[in-house]
Amino acid sequence: MDIFLQQVVSGLATGGIYASLALALVMIYQATDVVNFAQGEMAMFSTYIAWTLLNAGVPYWAAFLATLAMAFVGGLLIERVVIRPVESAPVLTIVIVCIGLLVILNSLAGWIYSYIQKPFPSPFPQRPIRVGAVVFGAHDLGAIGVTLLVLLFLFVFFRYTTLGLAMRAAAQNPVSSRLCGIRVGWMLAIGWGLAALVGAVAGMMVAPVVFLDPNMMSGILIYAFASATLGGFTSPGGAVVGGLLVGVIENLVGTYVRFIGTELKLTVALAIIIVVLLVKPSGLFGRPVVRRV
Amino acid sequence: MPALLEVEDLRAHYGWTEVLHGVSFAVPEGGITTILGANGAGKTTTLRAVSGLVRVAGRIRFDGRRVEGRAPEDLVRLGIGHVPEGRGTFVNLTVEENLRLGAYPRRDREAVRRDLERVWGYFPILRERRRQAAGTLSGGEQQMLAIARALMLRPRLLLLDEPSLGLAPLVVREIFRIVRLINREERVSVLLVEQNAAIALDLADHAYVLETGRVVLSGPPAILRQDDAVRRSYLGY
Repeated sequence: MDIFLQQVVSGLATGGIYASLALALVMIYQATDVVNFAQGEMAMFSTYIAWTLLNAGVPYWAAFLATLAMAFVGGLLIERVVIRPVESAPVLTIVIVCIGLLVILNSLAGWIYSYIQKPFPSPFPQRPIRVGAVVFGAHDLGAIGVTLLVLLFLFVFFRYTTLGLAMRAAAQNPVSSRLCGIRVGWMLAIGWGLAALVGAVAGMMVAPVVFLDPNMMSGILIYAFASATLGGFTSPGGAVVGGLLVGVIENLVGTYVRFIGTELKLTVALAIIIVVLLVKPSGLFGRPVVRRV
Repeated sequence: MPALLEVEDLRAHYGWTEVLHGVSFAVPEGGITTILGANGAGKTTTLRAVSGLVRVAGRIRFDGRRVEGRAPEDLVRLGIGHVPEGRGTFVNLTVEENLRLGAYPRRDREAVRRDLERVWGYFPILRERRRQAAGTLSGGEQQMLAIARALMLRPRLLLLDEPSLGLAPLVVREIFRIVRLINREERVSVLLVEQNAAIALDLADHAYVLETGRVVLSGPPAILRQDDAVRRSYLGY
């Protein structure tokens, strides 16, 4: 029982990371119908920026906030410069552009920072927290907390601010939005900025666990895809629940199914994607897409 | 009355095909002008040209200023409220959110709050349903919502694209009654595009007939009603 609880708790911790990245994917997907394959590399690159700041002696939370601001601006610029020219191109074109972006960011990080793994600090204490026989890593708990804060921020932003409302409107009905005076192009750019910001949080929370290197997000991106698919690509809340679920499932399967262990864990993510797409393609909380023809 | 909107020699293309071949008309300040025409005559394209959604050649003057080629987002800020074909409802947002979006370019929050009350006065059903997703409203209610959304802008010119489409006659009559009320009380000029000529001619004080991208006839409704061709083609008697 204790092992079970322990695995659930650490599953929730990694699940929080998947949830953040899945949320970033869903945000862009909802606004533009694009699955941003470069989301993981954008997060990785942001984490390197944080690392550079920390190395220059900036205090952790200051570096954290500065990184979020830079990630936001970076995401915004990527949309304006790289995505906008292909905005009305077929989906496959945009996918290829995203994959190109992935390769470029990955190589750029390798070129600037080398492919050697670097330790990345956690803002939370090292000391584990013991409740009964279950041990919580302070970083795990902190990461869950930070993820929840980001979620809360996004919820309040989209639900209660005029800009958030305009962004939802722009995603839903671009023509009507323009007739309301909303500058739809900028809403999409802000969406990319916010997604980059959320991804940066995921990167900085996962780096202390997996160490910082240019490929650190590639596996996590696949888990994030599984999370978004499970929760539903049309549902931000679903993406978060999906992320936590994937984290827990992955850990439990790794622990209790002997032949999977840690080496084959990633297969679990792919299995989840395939099963969901076969059984319920819209995911647990997603709206099925109905198109009138 | 001076013209609030003046359109001269409007030409528009879809691909290589010209769909408007030099359309000219005017909407006087405070008046209700209607453009009648069958499906495919170019009515919707004309409205979309005025609100900047389609690229056009020709001259469009709004309040004396040349505005052709401007983006819809900017024309909205000049006071052109467009109620599009198919109503343009944000179906997943609530009724109240739809209305808030109508006032998006405005910064005078207090006045927006008052206008929300005022708009609810015209359409009490929308107040009752304000927390409902707009997609759950009936067709008539969505048409009311679309007009209310455009009103939240405090427009000077209201463009209405076939508000009667797909609605029961009673609902249509109610909506047109409110449009007339809005025109009188708010001094909003109206450009109405309609297939339902009978009801449009009742409302308007000037009418144009559009056929395959050309204005073929224009005049006050009383005169148009006497025209044999109009009676046969649009009024059905």
